[in-house]
Amino acid sequence: MSSDVVIAGIGQTPVEEHWKSSLRELALSAIQAAEADAGGLRPQVLFVGNMLAPQLSRQAHLGALIADFCGLVGIEAFTLEASGASGAAALRAGYMAVASEQADVALVVGVEKSSDMVGAAVDEALATAGDSDHESVQGLTPSGQAALLMRRYIYEYDVERAAFAGFPLIAHANGAGNPNAMYRKAIKPELYANASLISDPLNIFDAAPAADGAAALILTRPGLLPPNFPNRLVRIAGSSMATDTLALHDRPNPLDFKAIRQSIERACEKARITPLQVDFFELFDAYSIYAALTLEAAGYAERGQAWKLAQNDAAPAALSLQGALPISTMGGLKARGNPGGATGVYQAVEAALQLRCQAGANQLPNPRRALIQALGGPAASVVTHVLEAMD
Amino acid sequence: MEISRHWRLRKQRYGLMGEICPHCEAKLFPPRDICPECGGEAKTLYQFSGKGEVYSYTTIYEPPAGYEENAPYTVALVKLDEGPIVTAQLTDLGEEQVQIGTPVEMVTRRLRQDGDERGMIIYGYKFRPVGLGPH
Ligand SMILES: [Zn+2]
Repeated sequence: MSSDVVIAGIGQTPVEEHWKSSLRELALSAIQAAEADAGGLRPQVLFVGNMLAPQLSRQAHLGALIADFCGLVGIEAFTLEASGASGAAALRAGYMAVASEQADVALVVGVEKSSDMVGAAVDEALATAGDSDHESVQGLTPSGQAALLMRRYIYEYDVERAAFAGFPLIAHANGAGNPNAMYRKAIKPELYANASLISDPLNIFDAAPAADGAAALILTRPGLLPPNFPNRLVRIAGSSMATDTLALHDRPNPLDFKAIRQSIERACEKARITPLQVDFFELFDAYSIYAALTLEAAGYAERGQAWKLAQNDAAPAALSLQGALPISTMGGLKARGNPGGATGVYQAVEAALQLRCQAGANQLPNPRRALIQALGGPAASVVTHVLEAMD
Repeated sequence: MEISRHWRLRKQRYGLMGEICPHCEAKLFPPRDICPECGGEAKTLYQFSGKGEVYSYTTIYEPPAGYEENAPYTVALVKLDEGPIVTAQLTDLGEEQVQIGTPVEMVTRRLRQDGDERGMIIYGYKFRPVGLGPH
C-alpha cells in the first residue's frame, strides 16, 4: 500500500501568446507561484511536461534547463513527452516518485511555447504526434484526424453538425469566469453555425487554440507539509495511463476511444470509486468530437448520444456548471486555451482550485472529487487522475 | 534528408505490400511484424489489391510544411477490400463529390517535396475514385 500523495502547491501563468516571455521564463513564473503556495517546500525531483520545444524552440533537455534557470541546480530532473498528455504524464511521474517514497517532494511543471513559430511550421511539429510513416506523410494533421472522426460520427449516428456546438458554448461560458483563460467571453450558437472551416466538417470553434503557458504543482506526503498549511488538502486518489494504437487507422473501430475507458477504469479502481462518483470532469476538449467520444468511452453517455448532454434546452446542460457532471469548469482547452504539454498540469491546477473552493466565479458547490484526463493524439496516450478533497 | 528511411518503406509505399499472419490469417497493412489479432509473429508478405472504399474523409486547409503547394487537399481513411483501413490522400477527384462509401483504387503519386535545396521528392500511394481512366 503506497502512501497518500497530496497537492501542496499550485501555480499557473495566464494562457495566451506570450510574445515577451521565453519557455524558461514561463516555467519559472509558474514554479515560483507553486513554491509560494506550498509554503517553502523544496523539491528533490523535477518532472517537466512538454511536447514541442525541441522542434519549435530548438530546445531539448528541459529537465536540466528548467532546474538550472529556476535555482534548483543539483536536483533530479526529467522531461516527459506524450504529445497532448505530456503534462499529465509528468504529474503521474511525480505521483509515482512521491508515493513510492523515492522522493519526499516532487515539482511538476508543464510548459509550452508554441508561438516561437507560426503557420505551417507549427502544423508540421504538431503532426509529429501521429504515425510519421503512415499518417503524417499523407499530409494528415491532428485537426484532420479529428475531422475524419467527426465526419464518421455524423454519418454513423445520423446527427447534425450543429449538435457539436454545445461543447464550445459550455467551454466559452466557463472561460468567462477564469482570469487565466485565453478567451473570457461566452459565445452564441449563431457564431458556431457561421464559423469558418479548418478541416471540414471541423470549424474553428470545434478546435482549441494552441497557446503558450506554464502550470506547476508541488506534490508531497501529508506528514511532510509545513505546519499550519493554509489550504484545504487535495489528494491524488487515483492515477493511471493507457495507450492505444498510434495510428487511427489501426483501430477496429476508430470511434471507440478504448484507452479512455481503460485509463478511467484503472484510475477509479485505485481510488475505489466508480466514474459516477465524481463531482466534475476536466476532460480533453482539444476538439469537440473528442469531448463527445470521451464521454461515450467513459460510459457517461451511449454511443452517438454524448452531444445531448451539452444541449441547453429547458434546463441547463448536464455538462454546464449547473449540471450533474460539469466539464471544462475553467474553460477547458477550448476557452482557457491549449498550451500543449502544459495542458495536463493546468487541468490539475484548476481541479485543485475547485476542490479547495478557490475557483472564484466558477466555483462549484463544495465539490469533493474530480476526474481529470489528458489525451495524446486521438487518445493514443491517455492519462487520468482522480483528485479528492481530504477533509 | 532521410533517403534510407524512405527507401526502406518503398515496397509498402509503391506496391501496397503488407503482411499476412501465418497463425490466424489476419491481413496487415501497414506491415507491423507482430499480429495485433493473435500476438504471433507475422512477417509473410501479402500483396493487397489496392481496392477499397472511403470510410471517412476531410479537406486540409491548413497544411503542414512540405504540403503547402497541394493545399487544400483531401485526406481519407480508406477501408481496403481485404479489411485494414489506411490513411491516404484522395486524388484525381475532378468534379466528383466524394462520399463515405465511394469505391476507390490505389495509384502512385507524389506525396511531398522536402523544402531544402536538394528537394527530395517522396512518392507513395494515394487513392482515386474507380471508373476513371488513367491520367
Ligand atoms: Zn495473427
